[in-house]
Amino acid sequence: MNLQILYFASLRDQAGRDAEAIVSSAQDASGLYAELKTRHGFSLDQGKLRVAINGGFAEWNAILRDGDEVVFLPPVSGG
Amino acid sequence: MVAFSISEKPIDAHALGASLADAYAGASVTFEGWVRNHNEGRAVTRLDYQAYAPLALVEGERIVAEASARFPIVIARCVHRTGTLLIGDLAVWVGVSAAHRGAAFDAARFIIDEVKLRVPIWKNEHYADGESGWLYPDNTPVATDASR
Repeated sequence: MNLQILYFASLRDQAGRDAEAIVSSAQDASGLYAELKTRHGFSLDQGKLRVAINGGFAEWNAILRDGDEVVFLPPVSGG
Repeated sequence: MVAFSISEKPIDAHALGASLADAYAGASVTFEGWVRNHNEGRAVTRLDYQAYAPLALVEGERIVAEASARFPIVIARCVHRTGTLLIGDLAVWVGVSAAHRGAAFDAARFIIDEVKLRVPIWKNEHYADGESGWLYPDNTPVATDASR
Protein backbone atom coordinates (compact mmCIF):
# COMPACT_ATOMS: atom_id res chain seq x y z
CA MET A 1 0.00 0.00 0.00
CA ASN A 2 1.06 3.59 -0.59
CA LEU A 3 1.54 5.83 2.44
CA GLN A 4 2.51 9.45 2.94
CA ILE A 5 4.79 10.02 5.94
CA LEU A 6 5.49 13.40 7.53
CA TYR A 7 8.46 14.02 9.81
CA PHE A 8 9.03 16.63 12.51
CA ALA A 9 11.78 17.65 14.92
CA SER A 10 14.49 15.04 15.52
CA LEU A 11 12.81 12.54 13.19
CA ARG A 12 12.96 15.11 10.38
CA ASP A 13 16.66 15.68 11.03
CA GLN A 14 17.44 11.96 11.10
CA ALA A 15 15.33 11.13 8.03
CA GLY A 16 16.84 14.08 6.20
CA ARG A 17 13.45 15.08 4.79
CA ASP A 18 10.14 16.49 5.98
CA ALA A 19 7.98 14.02 4.06
CA GLU A 20 8.14 10.94 1.88
CA ALA A 21 5.84 8.68 -0.09
CA ILE A 22 6.54 5.03 0.66
CA VAL A 23 5.22 1.59 -0.22
CA SER A 24 4.83 -0.62 2.82
CA SER A 25 3.13 -3.83 3.85
CA ALA A 26 3.24 -2.95 7.58
CA GLN A 27 0.20 -4.28 9.43
CA ASP A 28 -0.23 -1.30 11.70
CA ALA A 29 1.36 1.96 12.83
CA SER A 30 3.66 0.11 15.21
CA GLY A 31 5.01 -2.11 12.43
CA LEU A 32 5.45 0.88 10.16
CA TYR A 33 7.50 2.76 12.76
CA ALA A 34 9.73 -0.27 13.29
CA GLU A 35 10.30 -0.43 9.54
CA LEU A 36 11.14 3.28 9.24
CA LYS A 37 13.25 3.30 12.43
CA THR A 38 15.49 0.69 10.83
CA ARG A 39 15.57 2.48 7.48
CA HIS A 40 16.42 5.93 8.85
CA GLY A 41 18.21 5.03 12.08
CA PHE A 42 15.77 6.88 14.33
CA SER A 43 17.04 7.16 17.91
CA LEU A 44 13.61 7.58 19.53
CA ASP A 45 11.88 4.39 20.65
CA GLN A 46 8.19 3.97 19.87
CA GLY A 47 7.40 4.44 23.57
CA LYS A 48 8.52 8.07 23.36
CA LEU A 49 6.24 8.86 20.42
CA ARG A 50 2.58 9.30 19.59
CA VAL A 51 1.15 8.55 16.17
CA ALA A 52 -1.38 10.45 14.07
CA ILE A 53 -3.20 9.09 11.03
CA ASN A 54 -4.93 11.42 8.57
CA GLY A 55 -4.68 14.39 10.93
CA GLY A 56 -5.96 12.78 14.14
CA PHE A 57 -4.29 11.00 17.08
CA ALA A 58 -4.38 7.22 16.59
CA GLU A 59 -3.52 4.00 18.43
CA TRP A 60 -0.35 2.11 17.60
CA ASN A 61 -2.36 -0.97 16.60
CA ALA A 62 -4.45 1.05 14.14
CA ILE A 63 -4.68 -0.79 10.80
CA LEU A 64 -3.18 1.22 7.94
CA ARG A 65 -4.99 1.73 4.67
CA ASP A 66 -3.80 2.67 1.22
CA GLY A 67 -3.36 6.44 0.94
CA ASP A 68 -3.09 7.13 4.69
CA GLU A 69 -1.01 10.07 5.91
CA VAL A 70 0.98 8.91 8.93
CA VAL A 71 2.88 11.19 11.32
CA PHE A 72 5.07 10.02 14.19
CA LEU A 73 5.03 12.71 16.87
CA PRO A 74 8.18 13.17 18.98
CA PRO A 75 7.77 14.56 22.51
CA VAL A 76 6.32 18.05 22.02
CA SER A 77 8.03 21.21 23.26
CA GLY A 78 5.88 24.20 22.41
CA GLY A 79 5.57 27.25 24.61
CA MET B 1 -12.37 34.54 15.44
CA VAL B 2 -10.69 31.20 16.09
CA ALA B 3 -9.58 30.47 19.64
CA PHE B 4 -6.25 28.88 18.75
CA SER B 5 -4.00 29.77 15.86
CA ILE B 6 -0.46 29.33 14.58
CA SER B 7 1.42 32.24 13.09
CA GLU B 8 4.53 32.40 10.93
CA LYS B 9 4.62 36.17 11.50
CA PRO B 10 5.17 38.20 14.70
CA ILE B 11 2.28 38.11 17.17
CA ASP B 12 0.46 41.42 17.73
CA ALA B 13 -0.12 41.16 21.49
CA HIS B 14 -1.76 44.56 21.70
CA ALA B 15 -4.45 43.74 19.14
CA LEU B 16 -5.02 40.31 20.69
CA GLY B 17 -5.43 41.83 24.15
CA ALA B 18 -8.04 44.24 22.82
CA SER B 19 -9.95 41.31 21.27
CA LEU B 20 -10.70 40.00 24.79
CA ALA B 21 -12.93 42.97 25.61
CA ASP B 22 -16.52 42.22 26.56
CA ALA B 23 -19.07 44.20 28.59
CA TYR B 24 -19.57 41.18 30.89
CA ALA B 25 -15.83 40.87 31.65
CA GLY B 26 -14.26 42.53 34.70
CA ALA B 27 -10.79 41.03 34.29
CA SER B 28 -8.33 39.97 31.65
CA VAL B 29 -5.16 37.96 32.13
CA THR B 30 -2.58 37.59 29.38
CA PHE B 31 0.52 35.43 29.30
CA GLU B 32 3.47 35.96 26.98
CA GLY B 33 6.12 33.29 26.45
CA TRP B 34 9.40 34.88 25.30
CA VAL B 35 12.56 33.39 23.86
CA ARG B 36 15.20 33.57 26.61
CA ASN B 37 18.94 33.52 26.17
CA HIS B 38 19.62 30.43 28.29
CA ASN B 39 18.24 26.96 29.03
CA GLU B 40 19.56 24.17 31.22
CA GLY B 41 22.73 26.18 31.84
CA ARG B 42 23.54 26.77 28.15
CA ALA B 43 23.59 30.06 26.24
CA VAL B 44 20.82 30.13 23.62
CA THR B 45 20.98 32.30 20.49
CA ARG B 46 17.69 31.45 18.72
CA LEU B 47 14.86 28.91 18.47
CA ASP B 48 13.27 27.21 15.48
CA TYR B 49 9.66 26.09 15.96
CA GLN B 50 7.94 23.46 13.83
CA ALA B 51 4.25 22.54 14.03
CA TYR B 52 2.12 19.77 12.58
CA ALA B 53 -0.47 22.40 11.83
CA PRO B 54 -3.66 20.40 11.09
CA LEU B 55 -3.44 18.50 14.36
CA ALA B 56 -2.02 21.42 16.36
CA LEU B 57 -5.04 23.56 15.43
CA VAL B 58 -7.50 20.83 16.44
CA GLU B 59 -5.73 20.10 19.74
CA GLY B 60 -5.32 23.81 20.53
CA GLU B 61 -9.03 24.46 19.95
CA ARG B 62 -9.81 21.47 22.17
CA ILE B 63 -7.69 22.90 25.00
CA VAL B 64 -9.39 26.30 24.85
CA ALA B 65 -12.79 24.58 24.80
CA GLU B 66 -11.78 22.58 27.88
CA ALA B 67 -10.76 25.81 29.63
CA SER B 68 -14.13 27.36 28.81
CA ALA B 69 -15.88 24.30 30.26
CA ARG B 70 -13.80 24.21 33.45
CA PHE B 71 -13.67 27.91 34.34
CA PRO B 72 -16.32 30.68 34.24
CA ILE B 73 -14.59 32.77 31.56
CA VAL B 74 -15.83 34.95 28.72
CA ILE B 75 -13.21 34.82 25.95
CA ALA B 76 -10.03 32.76 25.68
CA ARG B 77 -7.47 32.78 22.89
CA CYS B 78 -4.00 31.44 22.20
CA VAL B 79 -1.52 32.09 19.37
CA HIS B 80 1.74 30.17 18.87
CA ARG B 81 4.59 31.16 16.59
CA THR B 82 6.42 28.92 14.16
CA GLY B 83 9.65 29.56 12.29
CA THR B 84 12.87 31.15 13.52
CA LEU B 85 12.67 33.32 16.66
CA LEU B 86 15.38 35.41 18.26
CA ILE B 87 16.01 36.30 21.91
CA GLY B 88 13.14 38.37 23.29
CA ASP B 89 10.68 37.39 20.57
CA LEU B 90 7.13 36.50 21.57
CA ALA B 91 6.74 32.73 21.04
CA VAL B 92 3.29 32.13 22.53
CA TRP B 93 0.46 34.36 23.71
CA VAL B 94 -2.50 33.37 25.88
CA GLY B 95 -5.33 35.71 26.83
CA VAL B 96 -8.46 35.18 28.89
CA SER B 97 -11.22 37.52 29.97
CA ALA B 98 -13.71 36.71 32.71
CA ALA B 99 -16.18 38.36 35.05
CA HIS B 100 -13.66 37.96 37.90
CA ARG B 101 -9.87 37.66 38.09
CA GLY B 102 -9.63 34.20 39.65
CA ALA B 103 -11.09 32.35 36.70
CA ALA B 104 -9.05 34.44 34.25
CA PHE B 105 -5.76 33.56 36.02
CA ASP B 106 -6.70 29.89 36.38
CA ALA B 107 -7.80 29.47 32.77
CA ALA B 108 -4.71 31.23 31.37
CA ARG B 109 -2.47 28.94 33.43
CA PHE B 110 -4.44 25.88 32.33
CA ILE B 111 -4.19 26.80 28.65
CA ILE B 112 -0.44 27.42 28.55
CA ASP B 113 0.29 24.30 30.61
CA GLU B 114 -1.84 22.07 28.36
CA VAL B 115 -0.49 23.63 25.16
CA LYS B 116 3.05 22.83 26.24
CA LEU B 117 2.11 19.23 27.01
CA ARG B 118 -0.25 18.34 24.16
CA VAL B 119 -0.01 20.49 21.05
CA PRO B 120 2.28 19.06 18.33
CA ILE B 121 4.76 21.94 18.22
CA TRP B 122 8.50 21.46 18.64
CA LYS B 123 11.33 23.83 19.47
CA ASN B 124 14.92 23.38 18.37
CA GLU B 125 17.36 25.36 20.49
CA HIS B 126 20.45 26.81 18.89
CA TYR B 127 23.30 27.35 21.33
CA ALA B 128 26.09 29.88 21.40
CA ASP B 129 28.65 27.07 20.83
CA GLY B 130 27.05 26.20 17.46
CA GLU B 131 25.24 23.05 18.60
CA SER B 132 21.47 22.65 18.50
CA GLY B 133 18.94 20.25 19.93
CA TRP B 134 15.25 19.35 20.22
CA LEU B 135 13.63 19.52 23.64
CA TYR B 136 11.16 17.60 25.76
CA PRO B 137 8.13 19.37 27.30
CA ASP B 138 10.17 20.01 30.47
CA ASN B 139 12.89 21.72 28.38
CA THR B 140 15.42 18.91 28.80
CA PRO B 141 17.14 17.76 25.60
CA VAL B 142 15.88 14.83 23.53
CA ALA B 143 19.46 14.15 22.42
CA THR B 144 20.44 12.74 25.84
CA ASP B 145 17.60 10.25 25.68
CA ALA B 146 19.90 7.22 25.80
CA SER B 147 21.27 8.34 29.17
CA ARG B 148 17.91 9.04 30.81
